[in-house]
Amino acid sequence: MPLPHATKRRLITAALVGPASVWLFVFLVLPFIAIIVFAFGERAPEGGYQAAFTFEQFANLGARSAAFVNTLILAPIGAAACLIVAYPVAYYLAVKASPQRRLLLVSLVVVPFWTSLLVRTYAWMYLLGARGIPHLFEFVGIENVRLINTPGAVLLGIVYGYLPLMIMPIYVSLEKLDRRLLEASADLGAKPISTFFGITLPLSLPGVMTGVALVTILLLGEYLIPQLLGGGKVFFIGNALVDLFLQSRNWPFGSAIAVTLVVVVVIVLLVAMRIAWRVAGTRQVDLI
Amino acid sequence: MASASTNDIEFRSVTKNYGVVTAVTDINLTVPKGAFLALLGPSGCGKTTCLRMIGGFEQPSEGAVLIDGREMNGVPAYRRPVNMVFQHYALFPHFNVEQNVAYGLKQMRPKIAAKEIDRRVAEALEMVRLGGFAKRRIHEMSGGQQQRVALARAIVNRPSVLLLDEPLAALDKKLRSAMQIELQTLQRDLGITFVLVTHDQEEALSMADVVCVMSAGRIRQLGSPQEVYDRPVDLFVADFVGKTNRIAAAMEADGTTLRLADGSAIASGKRLASGDVIAALRPEAIHLTRKAAPSGTSFKGTVTHRIFLGSSAEYAVSVPGLGDFLITADRRSMNESDLVEPGEEVFLGFDPAAIHVFPASNA
Repeated sequence: MPLPHATKRRLITAALVGPASVWLFVFLVLPFIAIIVFAFGERAPEGGYQAAFTFEQFANLGARSAAFVNTLILAPIGAAACLIVAYPVAYYLAVKASPQRRLLLVSLVVVPFWTSLLVRTYAWMYLLGARGIPHLFEFVGIENVRLINTPGAVLLGIVYGYLPLMIMPIYVSLEKLDRRLLEASADLGAKPISTFFGITLPLSLPGVMTGVALVTILLLGEYLIPQLLGGGKVFFIGNALVDLFLQSRNWPFGSAIAVTLVVVVVIVLLVAMRIAWRVAGTRQVDLI
Repeated sequence: MASASTNDIEFRSVTKNYGVVTAVTDINLTVPKGAFLALLGPSGCGKTTCLRMIGGFEQPSEGAVLIDGREMNGVPAYRRPVNMVFQHYALFPHFNVEQNVAYGLKQMRPKIAAKEIDRRVAEALEMVRLGGFAKRRIHEMSGGQQQRVALARAIVNRPSVLLLDEPLAALDKKLRSAMQIELQTLQRDLGITFVLVTHDQEEALSMADVVCVMSAGRIRQLGSPQEVYDRPVDLFVADFVGKTNRIAAAMEADGTTLRLADGSAIASGKRLASGDVIAALRPEAIHLTRKAAPSGTSFKGTVTHRIFLGSSAEYAVSVPGLGDFLITADRRSMNESDLVEPGEEVFLGFDPAAIHVFPASNA
């Protein structure tokens, strides 16, 4: 007997969203609930979690303030630095480059992304380390240049690693920008610089906001780059979490930090969307 | 503005190449001040390229474009005293109506006072009858309203020439005819030169006072709408501007007698060297009657199709030996008040003076 139409449709919907829902529930929702529960608990004497209900962990957040300060300063600065480097590249790719060259250059932007970030960051570790660029400086008589394990090294690693994530959304928004709008602007007497700030930049802001939100959010959870290029001196929340969960086994405190991080990310997202909506004057801003 | 020339626009031997492709070839054209010029032709004929060379979005490969007597080669779009109504309007989506219209005024140096900008924006919106729409967002406006915003934005800068790139193409038929009248009125009120690009011959004939018919990058004919319609210089113009019946014929040695395929002879209104020719006849130049006319040229045929158009009707009539004819009959001018039915036998008559004769090689 054939199934009724409505039942069939419901079954198809369930089949389509079912696997992803189960996956997300088991590996995202459940762990997150566990983390929230842990955050209000206590550290067991031998390490791990011991049931309790206390705000002690949150009251203690100040003990890891350095990680929060580093993350909350370097993540936006890193995103801003990415933006400054990425916008001209995206603009060139989308507006100035010839179609053949564009294909080549876009693949040059994307291809490094297919190699492990770990390997590429390791390469930077050697380049910035004592036997790398500082060693070259010694040849010309400049001694004691320290590059590795500085905020600058972390920032460089961030820009290097996250640049494609910033270039692509900006490139896409500039690419679909109607060229006739630029002609209309010139026709109305606007010099190229006025056209850029009056038309091109505002209309590419959805792409800019997408890129900034994407890079900032990923940076807030960054672990690898500060670990390798910051050498424990410039550490992020991600490094503090690894430390708390794997070294000192203080799960409740680690959980409290993780929950706080999620709250910060959500706030950043909401603010970014607000700004993008207001500036672009449209509700069609896709952040990710 | 002191005028340096009586012509607003002049093309001097202008050729434009895109790589190996030639878009326009050796265009010579002058547009007197205050004229309404229509560049008319099929797509790819080079009309838009010409408009874009006036606007400054393309530079000629050879020759020069002059605006108000000044050579414009190398002058960028933002330094030219012309404004354009773009195809699909190209309104700025992140600005409201008022901001769109004010955009050009805000670019002017020395700066215009904010109050003066407000006054002129309001005036321009009033001119296109969008008085109450200043604060509307662009996507909240209908196609016809967006068209008016684009017009207001282009005229608010008081250009010496207004360029219009297929401005009515995206509007429905009713709105299009209303806008045709409005554009004409606007042009008379402003007293500035309009250059219109269109592929729609009706639009060109109804609005412009000079029509420039183009094809394959060259000007085929330049003249008033009546000239272009009544005295087309070649078969292309005859076919493109309005509808045309083509009749294969041979010109006799005397240069005035046309011998048609069915053997009948008619006197040609125009002298032409003997040989194979094409006689062109407008659909409305043929009279359709149920009885043979007492005198003059007349062919007998059978109605095969009828298209009822309200005030007039179009008939397809098959004439043995001569082929199919298209005839437009005004209902009031017809001898019978009732319509002729498909299948009926009819007689076609016409005034020989209405025939245009072109060499057959011209086709």
